[in-house]
Parts: sequence; C-alpha cells; structure tokens
Amino acid sequence: MQLRKLVWKELFERKNQVFTGLLAILLGITVIVAIKNITFYSEKAVAQELDALGANILVLPKSVLLENYYSADMQGEEFPEEYVNRLSQSNLQGVDNLSPKLSVPVEIQGRKFTLTGILPKSEFQAKAAWQAAGIFSRPQGCGTVVAIPGLIPEQPKETLVRTRVIESLSDDEALVGGDVATSLGVKVNDAVSLMGKSFTVAAILPQTGTVDDSRIFAHLHTVQQLAGKGRVINVIEIVGCCDQISKGLVPKINSLLPEAKVVTITQVVDTQIKTNRMMSNLSFVFLVVIVLVGGASIANYMYGNVYERRREIGTLMALGAGSGFVLRMFLLKALLLGLAGGVAGYLMGTLLAVILGPKLAGIIVLPMPILVIWAVVISVIIALVASYFPARRAARLDPCSSLQEI
Amino acid sequence: MLKMETVTKAYNHRGPSLTVLSDISVDVPAGDFVSIVGPSGSGKSTLLLMLGGMLSPSSGSVFLDGESLYDLGPDERAAIRRDKIGFVFQMFNLVPYLSAVENVQVPLFLGGMGGEDQRTRAVSLLERLGLGDRLDHKPSQLSVGQQQRVALARVLANDPAVILADEPTGSLDPETSSQAMEFLEQVNREGRTVVMVTHDPQVARRAKRTLRLDGGRILSEKTGRAFVSVA
Repeated sequence: MQLRKLVWKELFERKNQVFTGLLAILLGITVIVAIKNITFYSEKAVAQELDALGANILVLPKSVLLENYYSADMQGEEFPEEYVNRLSQSNLQGVDNLSPKLSVPVEIQGRKFTLTGILPKSEFQAKAAWQAAGIFSRPQGCGTVVAIPGLIPEQPKETLVRTRVIESLSDDEALVGGDVATSLGVKVNDAVSLMGKSFTVAAILPQTGTVDDSRIFAHLHTVQQLAGKGRVINVIEIVGCCDQISKGLVPKINSLLPEAKVVTITQVVDTQIKTNRMMSNLSFVFLVVIVLVGGASIANYMYGNVYERRREIGTLMALGAGSGFVLRMFLLKALLLGLAGGVAGYLMGTLLAVILGPKLAGIIVLPMPILVIWAVVISVIIALVASYFPARRAARLDPCSSLQEI
Repeated sequence: MLKMETVTKAYNHRGPSLTVLSDISVDVPAGDFVSIVGPSGSGKSTLLLMLGGMLSPSSGSVFLDGESLYDLGPDERAAIRRDKIGFVFQMFNLVPYLSAVENVQVPLFLGGMGGEDQRTRAVSLLERLGLGDRLDHKPSQLSVGQQQRVALARVLANDPAVILADEPTGSLDPETSSQAMEFLEQVNREGRTVVMVTHDPQVARRAKRTLRLDGGRILSEKTGRAFVSVA
C-alpha cells in the first residue's frame, strides 16, 4: 500500500463523480486545444498565401495613387534610392526581402514594354557588411536564407517572381517576363537591345498573371544610367514576415520613411490580423472560462468528496495519519485529475481540430504534440489551486467529530 | 499506562455550555482490561476518544506512558496513535474501496513499512483471524462478522500496547460478538491494555473491571462482580 495506490483506488471507486467533476475542465481544455490547433494551421496557411503573393509591402512616393497594387511603380513618380539604405541599415525585424525598382517604358520591335531596374541582394550585403549594420547583417527569422558563396548555393534567377529579389545580376544581364519572351521570341542567352544598350537574356521568368509578365528586368544602376534620372527609384518592394506585419511592421517603416507612402496588401493582412486577434481573444476568453468554471467544478467536487469521506478521514487520523498526510492525499488526487483532464482534453481537442479544421477553415490540421504540455500544465494548475482549500479543510477536520457525527 | 487527571469536557456549540465529563480521574495500568458502561449521552465515547488523543479536554490532563497527550501537537498525537494505540469502532470503519488485506496494510503503510513487508504481515494477521480466503474481498463483499475481524486484524497491525474499543460488539450477532470478545481477551492476555466502551452488561462483565458513567461522572467501579460507589 502506498499513498499513490490509495488515491488511485479511491478515484476508481467513484468514477462517475470523478468524470462529472472533471467535465468542465475537460471540455474547456478540449475547446482551447482545438482553437489553438486550428489557429496555428490557419496562420500558417495565410502566411503561405502571403508568401506566394510575393512582395506584401510597397514603399512608394507620397503622391502615388494606389489603383493597382502590381503596377503602382508605373506612374512615373520617383524618390531617392537613399531610402533603401535607411531600410537596410535599420533594426527592423521581419523584413525578409527588399527590392528597389525603377521602371521606364521601352519599345522593342514596335511593341511597348517596361524596363524595370532591380538591385541584386549581393549589393545590399556588401553595403551592410561594410557598414557593420543593417537588416542583412543579422540572422533573419522568416525563412530567408542569405546565400553564402560556396556554402549555400545561389538560387536560380527565375525565383525573382516569387522572392522579389535575386542574389546577383551583372550590368549587361536581363531577365525577361513570360509575355515579353513569347512576343519577341527570345530565349536564354539571346542578345536584346534596350535603350541603345545590348543585354544578354539571363533567364526567362515563368508566367505570373501580373504586369511582371510584360517586364524586362535589368540592374537598377544600369537602368538609372540609361534613363538619365540619377539615383532614384519608383518603388521599394518588401517581403515582410507575416507575423511581423501583424505586429506593426508597416507603421515602423512609415516612421522610418516619413516622406514615403507605405502600403500593404491590406485586405489579406487585415483579415489575418483580425482572425488572429479574434482567435487570441477567444482562447483567452475560454481560458478564463475554464479557470472559473473548471476550477469551481473541481472545487465543488472536492468539497463534496471531503464531506463524503469524513468517516474515512477520521479513521485514517485515528490510525495515525497526520494532517500533512491528508493534505497530500487530496492534492495528489487533484494532480491526477489535472493530468487526466489535460491529456484527455488534448486528445479530444486535437481530434476535434483535425476533423473540423478542413470543414471550418478549409485547411488541413495536424496534431501539435507541444499543446499536450500546455494543456496538462493549465489543467494541473487549475486542479491543484481549486483543490487546495478543500484539501486543507480535510487536513483540518476534527477526527473525533467526523467519527461521531456519522 | 493510561491516566486521566481531573478531566472536564464541555461543549459550547450553539446555546448554553454542555458538560459531558466532569472532573474525571481514571488510572488504567498496563495490562488492564477496563469496560466503561453507562446510558447514552453519559460521556463514554468522549472519555474513550480523549484517552486516544483524539479529543482535547476542556480542563485536566491525559497521560499515556507518562506523557501528557494534549501538551503535544495534533501531528505528534497522530504519531502516538499510530505507534501505541489501536482503535476498534462499532461500525468497523473499514475503507470501502480497499480490499481486506489493503485495509490491514493501512496502519503499516502509515508507520512507514515497505510494501512487501506490509502485505506479508497483513496476510498473516488475517489468516490468524480465519480470513485467509477473503484477502482480496472488499468490505461490501464480506459479512458483518468478517468485516469486524478485518477491523480487529487492522488493530493489531502495528502491535499497539493499548486497544481502545468503542462498542466493539454493537453491530454483531451474539455468536460473532462472543468471538470479538474472545479476541479482546486474548490480546489482553498477550499483555495489551484494553479499554472498551459498551452498553451491553454481558460484554462489560468480560473485562477485568468496569467503570459506570452517568451524568459526566464515574458513579461506581466494579472489580470482578461487585460495584463500588465512587461518587
């Protein structure tokens, strides 16, 4: 016989009472685990969607009208390239990629296209390393891996359409959009003459269904030189980390560049922020509910259990059990209840999330083992706190009166 | 061994104070077998619980082996009960969700004995009381007489020097009652001190001496067959 066995046997003796006492906390944990699980995968899905969209923040001249997100840089308004330096040397968290652009109209074989100058990442890295500061000189947490020559292979240039930036681009290289390539019939390594300068086609970009398909990309400084406009750009495209956008990346950029207009794909991000906020509030509300209802339910059950077991407590005390033993006996029971509530709540919540996730949020939800720790810790704390006063009452029972009055 | 000196017990719950025991002095030497008789409400059970360190007196002192029980803290008194005193209850007070052998193991476990030793001793005690074939039965699966025998086995588990029995035959039929009394006589012969509360004169007669309580006072004391008035 051990204390653990004594408590275990008592739990099994009153299974139905244990279940009803545990029901509130069990359901509470179930709902919170389900919400947290679905929210996690929902956020992940939205983040992937945002990532797939490419740049999700645009820095534009103040006077630009934002009628079309993808062609906002085509309105001829400009601002200094120095803004890029301010961004790259700032301490902003959550900027995955940074791509300044200058777009100028060009005509090839009687057809009008857009020549867009872009700055390869290698130039930021050189600048940041030289100044020992800036966003590319520190580790980034949003999945961007900065190419290190010889260690991490450089990404193919076609990824420009998704990542909005390429690792390197020489002065005489051009990347040609899908529509342009089809219209002009050009292939990789062909020569193309633009504004009097000859470029070699380094890559044909895959179709995106956006105005990018009608663009030809070349080195920013080459385009600036050809356009004769000096160190100016039309836009800085930023791939911002989804959760950092939720945490206010856009206002931070705005305060860094007060002379510019900073916009984001507001509808998508706003929905994301609102959903996150709602889920977070909902989780908090449920947490409060289970703390109150679950705690009250367990406390009520434990008070009832102490009352019901007065004779047993009195007998144990007559046999030599001290108040500490009785206190431990009830707290150990609370611990086991908490563990059972946490584990069962996690299992039920996970099952609920996996079943309801695809139906409610249209996403595939997988079990998150980390939530079992969270569920058990919450459940055990509630059970222990709620049981403390009933357990103390049991420990302070007058053994004599508990034997006499029954 | 057990001694009460000018003990008074008064209850003050709701309304006027009710004196249950008034200025009682009792001396129970080691190896004695005392029965306490008296009408309901005369303070018999109160006296027994005080001797067992379960109920503090309003005034006066209770000594066990020369130690004043109520000058000790509740947990120290619990330790003394565990080591030196065995209680027999009228309703047996077995733990309903434990088997017979586990019920006998409880005081051994409270005394810190290891699991295997607990079981060995509990089985040996139950076999001594003829319950070797009922070890794993729960109290609800045992007859009243068998339940009383489990309770008696539990009393002996920690080999106590003093046994305090509150109406030990109150719930038993005559035959089982006689068996229970034989048990108490036997443990008394082994050298244990027994104090028993009963309302049954026949049962009381089997003790070495009898104290008659009434109105919170010891009215008479009988040694053998003759009552001696002490009031």
